[in-house]
Amino acid sequence: MITPAHYTVLSAALFIIGMIGVLLRRNIIVIFMSIELMLNAVNINLVAYSSQLHNAVGQVFAIFVICVAAAEAAIGLGIILAFYRNKETVNIDEMNLMRW
Amino acid sequence: MSEAIAFYTLAALILGFAILVITARSTVHSVLFLVANFLFVAALYALLGAQFLAVIQVVVYAGGIVVLYLFVVMLVNLKRPPEVHKDPHRRSRLAFVLACVLLAEIGAIALWEYARPAVAATGPATPMTASQNVEQVGWLLYTNYLVPFEVASMLLLVAMVGAIILARREL
Repeated sequence: MITPAHYTVLSAALFIIGMIGVLLRRNIIVIFMSIELMLNAVNINLVAYSSQLHNAVGQVFAIFVICVAAAEAAIGLGIILAFYRNKETVNIDEMNLMRW
Repeated sequence: MSEAIAFYTLAALILGFAILVITARSTVHSVLFLVANFLFVAALYALLGAQFLAVIQVVVYAGGIVVLYLFVVMLVNLKRPPEVHKDPHRRSRLAFVLACVLLAEIGAIALWEYARPAVAATGPATPMTASQNVEQVGWLLYTNYLVPFEVASMLLLVAMVGAIILARREL
């Protein structure tokens, strides 16, 4: 019997994998993909509880999360392209224009 | 029983492809593993009875967002090794500590939840069919959640305009 606890554990594991990707990788495109993994983990949680409680509101919120993820990907990748055109790098260690 | 087999297979595939996404050397391979991950998450949604969301996941994520990523990966020259920096161990240690903090937090929440009595499911116990699922989600989107829906459309419009301005040559 698969309970929502199973889905929560899966979602937590996926979220932690995404967070490890954000913290360890230095390539900003891979970091963005890790953020997408984390958003997916949240969506799995929402849909699992929507299915458990027989209430479609969770799925509506998952659609909003997907919408925000699409906006974030478009803007983020635009910033990466604009930055790459000026500095010729995608390594976040070299992206320190605004640090001080 | 079949539900358990499907769940464990999909969970293993999702986690395996997620690990491959963050460990792959080549960024193009990372993007392709990400497509596989999104497709198996869509299969998980279908297993949970959220057919509409499964289709949205395939169309928007595996079809739209990933193509955007591939465009950027192809436009950006990745021949230079991007992972070189002066002190490789300093950030790894910090990342390890932060990951441990998050793991402890999630473990504490899980233990606290197990100590509490379970909450019974509310609402009708009949499983939704595919057409009912789409109908319910659409009904909620256009009645109770109409204002968030319109805000989301404005967000997408602003994001589209912003992406066009950012990608202009003379920025």
